[in-house]
Amino acid sequence: MTQDGNDMTAAKREWPLWEVFIRGQHGMSHRHVGSLHAADAAMAMKNARDVYTRRYEGVSIWVVPSVQITASNPSDKGPMFDPADDKTYRHPTFFDIPDDVGAM
Amino acid sequence: MSDLVTYLTRLGDNTLVLGHRLSEWCGRGPALEEDIALANTALDLIGQTQMWLGYAAEAEAKGRTADDLAMGRDVWDFRNLLLLEQPNGDFGRTIMRSFLFDHWHLLMLRGLTQVSDARMAGIAAKAVKEVAYHADRSAELVVGLGDGTEESHRRMQDALDRLWPYVGEMFIGDEVDAATAAEFGAPVPDMLRAPWDDAVLPILAQATLTVPDGAFAHQGGKTGARHTEHLGHMLTTMQWLHRAYPGANW
Repeated sequence: MTQDGNDMTAAKREWPLWEVFIRGQHGMSHRHVGSLHAADAAMAMKNARDVYTRRYEGVSIWVVPSVQITASNPSDKGPMFDPADDKTYRHPTFFDIPDDVGAM
Repeated sequence: MSDLVTYLTRLGDNTLVLGHRLSEWCGRGPALEEDIALANTALDLIGQTQMWLGYAAEAEAKGRTADDLAMGRDVWDFRNLLLLEQPNGDFGRTIMRSFLFDHWHLLMLRGLTQVSDARMAGIAAKAVKEVAYHADRSAELVVGLGDGTEESHRRMQDALDRLWPYVGEMFIGDEVDAATAAEFGAPVPDMLRAPWDDAVLPILAQATLTVPDGAFAHQGGKTGARHTEHLGHMLTTMQWLHRAYPGANW
């Protein structure tokens, strides 16, 4: 990207990062597949098409600026997730679901 | 060579030569994403080449294959537009060359989907989707770079000035075009100029680029009469393996 060899400047001159979500042919929701750099949303969409859907992986693409994602803090893992650890009864696996219902 | 064979060879040589030129960027793109996009486009074009030259070889009926035509002919037998054999230059010039061709290519293929020859129409129908994307992508980059920084603007204007004299050849028809138009209803190049102008000029304006004066057009690519020196150098690289190891396969 840059020829000036200055790392501080190089970081600033990179295109912004985008997260890519793709809905597969039979998938029902978009899944995160990776990230890429692009100058704007239109270019991010095209780059996502070229980088991630070359082998007909998807029928729909979302791109989101990475800075727009608020992520949970890894150090909060305990309070965030551990309380659900011993509550298996919250998994609705004890019900018989008729076949005609299809995918849930 | 029959008119049909010449016509198909022109279509296949256009995609072969541009496809090879774009493949020269592989591993050298200015960003990972652009590198992949250029390689994808190159692969699309080589795929189209297999279909056009495959058909040309069959129509010719001399027992040759698409590979024989691609790797076994010398400069004077190539029928591609001069624009496409021009060296890549910088990234801007590569994009400008694609942009000028893509919009012509798109109009051409749209017309070819309507021809009475079912195989030609079928190839065009497959290719036109790929090329619609190529045209969209190159247009976006022309605007982004033309209306970008001072340096990117200068490079894009230089590219346009340098390549403009090669634009005219795309729209000069000859007896082969007339014959295929009469026989199959293939598009006549002269008729593509107005819709090409309608597509390309507003994008160049949006890119803040100035269309050069003058209608001078280098010719001799599609007739094979006068290729630029660049094609020979390109073929030397492209055909080296097959010439050193004829029929090599893997």
